[in-house]
Amino acid sequence: MADARTLRRESLARWFEAIRAAGRRILAPRARGDTTAFEEVTAPSEVAMDCVQTTLSPKAAVFPRCEELLRYERQGKDLRVTDPPLQPPETVLFGVRPCDAAAMEVLDAVFSADPPDRFFQTRRARTTVIAIACTQADAACFCTSVGLSPGSTLGSDILLTPTDGAGFAADVLTDKGRRIVELCPEAFGPAVAAQERRAVLAQVPVRFELKGLSDRLAALFDREELWVDQSLRCLGCGTCAFVCPVCACFDIQDEGTGRSGARLRCWDSCGFSLFTLHASGHNPRHLQSQRWRQRVMHKFSYAVGRLGRIACVGCGRCSRACPADMNLADHLQALAEAK
Amino acid sequence: MGCACHGDGNGSANVYRPYLMRIERIIDEAPAIKTFRLVFVHEEEGRSFTFLAGQFGEYGVFGEGESTFCIASSPTRKGYIECTFRQVGRVTTALADRDVGDVISFRGPYGNVFPVEQWRGKNLVFVAGGIALPPLRSVIWNVLDLRQDYGDITIVYGARSVADLVYKHELEEWKARGDVRVLTTVDPGGQTPDWKGEVGFVPAVVEKAAPSARDAVALVCGPPIMIKLTLPVLEKLGFAPDNIYTTLENRMKCGVGKCGRCNVGPYYVCKDGPVFTFAQLADLPPEY
Repeated sequence: MADARTLRRESLARWFEAIRAAGRRILAPRARGDTTAFEEVTAPSEVAMDCVQTTLSPKAAVFPRCEELLRYERQGKDLRVTDPPLQPPETVLFGVRPCDAAAMEVLDAVFSADPPDRFFQTRRARTTVIAIACTQADAACFCTSVGLSPGSTLGSDILLTPTDGAGFAADVLTDKGRRIVELCPEAFGPAVAAQERRAVLAQVPVRFELKGLSDRLAALFDREELWVDQSLRCLGCGTCAFVCPVCACFDIQDEGTGRSGARLRCWDSCGFSLFTLHASGHNPRHLQSQRWRQRVMHKFSYAVGRLGRIACVGCGRCSRACPADMNLADHLQALAEAK
Repeated sequence: MGCACHGDGNGSANVYRPYLMRIERIIDEAPAIKTFRLVFVHEEEGRSFTFLAGQFGEYGVFGEGESTFCIASSPTRKGYIECTFRQVGRVTTALADRDVGDVISFRGPYGNVFPVEQWRGKNLVFVAGGIALPPLRSVIWNVLDLRQDYGDITIVYGARSVADLVYKHELEEWKARGDVRVLTTVDPGGQTPDWKGEVGFVPAVVEKAAPSARDAVALVCGPPIMIKLTLPVLEKLGFAPDNIYTTLENRMKCGVGKCGRCNVGPYYVCKDGPVFTFAQLADLPPEY
């Protein structure tokens, strides 16, 4: 059962201090020119509180863009292989949007499936998600089309909802969240008083009917003309996957010399033609339309069977970041309505 | 799950940590194609290592990366594994540069298996083309090592030319046994003056061999065009799609169902495959 409290804006600074004093780092949206990303902050004043959505998602906190899987060192004929040090700092992700918090649950499902991935799991176990409900949205947002909402709690340890007073209603949802609250209990008051209401959350119109979309997509697989039409503008640049809070596909590459180096994994994208290229030269998805179809099918059809949920949280980043102005919600709407 | 896992207090072990394998033997099979026999550098890892026919692994050279090949040896032959690969890219070129005694990395075994155990008492038909014989070779030696448990065994294997045939000595060994029917063939123009096998494409040779479908299972591995033209022949002989098996060869990186590369329809080839029946493939998008 959620533990409802209030948090005044002026108490945030004390809470941040207490979190940092307890040896945890705080990652929060920070504006740098035109982009906003999750970076380490020391005080609430550094946090870009009013940004609709960060340019990059917080997934790098649990699944870094590039990380070592092992190190190797050769001395003569002797070869030493070691696990890289894995001591990620205890981390509080502050100011996560509910869509990004929900994405953590999808990542959990991918990386916890047998065999579990210790790199992800170790970081994830040391990460607490403090989400802030959305009072504003933009045209790219479509959380309500994928079963979420500007105030959904899925994946959050604490959900802060702005109130019309000077603060937040704080729903403490998990033990992890409770431990962060308990670092500075004096920053919190009792549940929101009757005279202080929760702010009106953003209105995000429902763009398409999610129910049945997965089956519908399976039936649309062979409709080549639909996928070609949808992907005509696609450059295959992979930006959509890099900004996506859910995309978890990766590459494994060695970096180093014959003497010493590391085996790395790096984010990858099904939008790249190299993704599926066989050594023989055969490419099972040799057309960009096939790769776009894979992106849609993987997220909205295959993931349902494998993970029990779709692999999209409607954050809209792919649409905002696409250099060719492709809009995922538009495309899904078109597919949902395709005759 | 196979890996050379070492805990460090962070819960589960590092699934990307490979075994270290020493190259015990190298066989030049065909132009640019080699077979490595690999033994475990750390013997205790080898003692607890088991696999079954059909499974694959990630073979790597540190500094160059990893490549995906099947385990080409039979699970009945203990103490080593073998892989057969063609030198075609960065990793396979680095592998091909290794010498006997060198150490490479191996992760596995991964994936599902040919139900060899369930096939006891059945007649088996193996059809392979080119570099696709290795996954079937694992099954062939498996059943030959338990010969009395299986019925008639027919092997049809073809390559572009005589030089391109892999496992040349083993093909002769199988022919010489007397309890296996072996038909080798090369594409027209690929024969040498002393070639005693068939000349023609694999599907035509299968048709000529006409193995009975009664109590039989067929295993087909080869280039897409060979598979495409062999299936109708087998079906005409009475093989049902759920009695014809193959292995898919999608590009892979992790081997453990996470990196997303080998995803085809609802399946991850590395976890749900690589072994599929043609009945299963009929329901899959043609993205392999």
